[in-house]
Amino acid sequence: MSDSDTTIPARRRFLVQGAAAAVGAVAGSARAEEATPPGIPDGMKAPGADVGSQTYGTPSRFEAGLIRNVPKGLKQYTSASSRSPLQDLDGILTPNGLFYERHHGGIPEIDPARHRLLIHGLVERPLVLTMEDIRRFPSESHIHFLECSGNPGFEAIKGKTASDLVGLVSCAEWTGVRLATVLREAGLKPEAQWVVAEGADSAAMTRSIPIAKCLNDALLVYSQNGERLRPQQGYPLRVFLPGFEGNMSVKWLRRLNVSAEPAYSREETSKYTDLMPDGTARQFTFVMEAKSIITRPSGTQRIAPGFHEITGIAWTGRGRIRGVQVTTDGGKTWQDAVLQEPVLNRALTRFRLPWTGDGAPTTIAGRAIDETGYVQPTFEDLTAVRGLKSFYHNNAVVPWRIAADGEVANGYA
Amino acid sequence: MAMREIRLVAAFGLLLGFAGAAGGAERFGIGRPATEAEIAAWNIDIDRDGLKLPPGRGRVAHGREIFAAQCAACHGATGEGGLGERLVGGRGTLASAKPVKTVGSFWPYAPTLFDYIRRAMPMNAPQSLSDDDVYAVSGYVLHLNGLAPEDAVFDARSLAAIRMPNRDGFVPDPRPDVKP
Repeated sequence: MSDSDTTIPARRRFLVQGAAAAVGAVAGSARAEEATPPGIPDGMKAPGADVGSQTYGTPSRFEAGLIRNVPKGLKQYTSASSRSPLQDLDGILTPNGLFYERHHGGIPEIDPARHRLLIHGLVERPLVLTMEDIRRFPSESHIHFLECSGNPGFEAIKGKTASDLVGLVSCAEWTGVRLATVLREAGLKPEAQWVVAEGADSAAMTRSIPIAKCLNDALLVYSQNGERLRPQQGYPLRVFLPGFEGNMSVKWLRRLNVSAEPAYSREETSKYTDLMPDGTARQFTFVMEAKSIITRPSGTQRIAPGFHEITGIAWTGRGRIRGVQVTTDGGKTWQDAVLQEPVLNRALTRFRLPWTGDGAPTTIAGRAIDETGYVQPTFEDLTAVRGLKSFYHNNAVVPWRIAADGEVANGYA
Repeated sequence: MAMREIRLVAAFGLLLGFAGAAGGAERFGIGRPATEAEIAAWNIDIDRDGLKLPPGRGRVAHGREIFAAQCAACHGATGEGGLGERLVGGRGTLASAKPVKTVGSFWPYAPTLFDYIRRAMPMNAPQSLSDDDVYAVSGYVLHLNGLAPEDAVFDARSLAAIRMPNRDGFVPDPRPDVKP
């Protein structure tokens, strides 16, 4: 704002400020009446902002509240996460500026001209690739979700909004080269079983990827929703593993070490392993299982009796969503929601169900079914098997309680 | 590369499937060879058996000094945790209602300690410790967990020889594990 204030002529600045003052007065004033038909809105009485007045467009200032959900009061923010505001998003694509974040050593600032990818280990020809090199390979674009494996944990699920509960999931169109293509360029030796990816961040994030995934649908990605990756998403280059836990899609990728064994790095031994009630921990728990959440109506919203479209998102790391069932009576009955086409492989799927509420208190929830027949479990069924201490991979049904006054609240809390 | 060749390569890749083609000879000629020196300078990966641990050695006593100067501010004076993870204790708690996951109670492989400290710690200045210092502070964290005596000296062989208490505590992923 301040930039444009200093660069536009005084007359136009006056117009802009005048318009802002008019808009500010809209709430509950006589001017609001004037702006509704048959009145003439101020924006029709004078030209609006010039073409190119924003060289990188930003949302309307009336949407300034639509921002990432950043937790308050953390001990440190170098290794932390922020969430997508799911309850205020439509469709299936997450705007790049609202994509969830999880960093382990902050966000590095990388000059792509100086960035290199080293491929070594069990390859015939160890290679150094520049970003220009990587963009020369045949490219592909795919729409996929990305989800943090701790979304949320199993204990103290006290969040209020859909974002608080499940905001560590987002979805984008990713463009890059198949990892298989790049590995073929280096030439895999027969003993190659894993590829260990390392990020150029201060965590030197290290995860091991099974070779089958590398040769199937794994991507090396440089663009997201049509533009280059944002720094928060790994600029200038990241791994992308459709359907796998987000941590494995290593950001700021600088090295691929082709190996016979996993690295057994800290992030695949002491972290990202799932502790079971018997004290053993599941390791290499890669797939994100089917999940859904109703985003409207959802926590902190207030609804009046009458018609509402219940809508939300569903996804599965095992392929496509086959269906989403919604209950509006606390789980007694379930109805099939309508899925928005196209239903894409390992992408968010938007579901909708028309509903007329009678104002009585109730609980609503959705449950996803994927193409393998897997059904999203209830929290009770899930924790009966895994206990409360596994932290990762909670894909349980999220219930929303609707009170007599229409207030929607977390059904866990 | 001529357009026709690119199409041929693409068609060949499709025919074989990418898995079949990955080891094959089809190449675009993109990138340059990496030298041994470049690989050695970049590659900091350590395996769980410690076969890739570098030369160098460090005494637990020296590790105590490094820990006090570089680690204690976040991990506590004796690894009890704070801003950073708790590093010590928790043995025997993993199957309880309040499991405490630390290096001593949960980490399966001692060489991973060297790998992680070298690549990512201290958090405000990762990759600033010498290999000798990483051996020393790894040894001190093991000592704090009762896994090494106070006069121990750690190098590639002795670090790899440590058998972590939870080494056999990990199991493969059995999912899908919850039936509707």
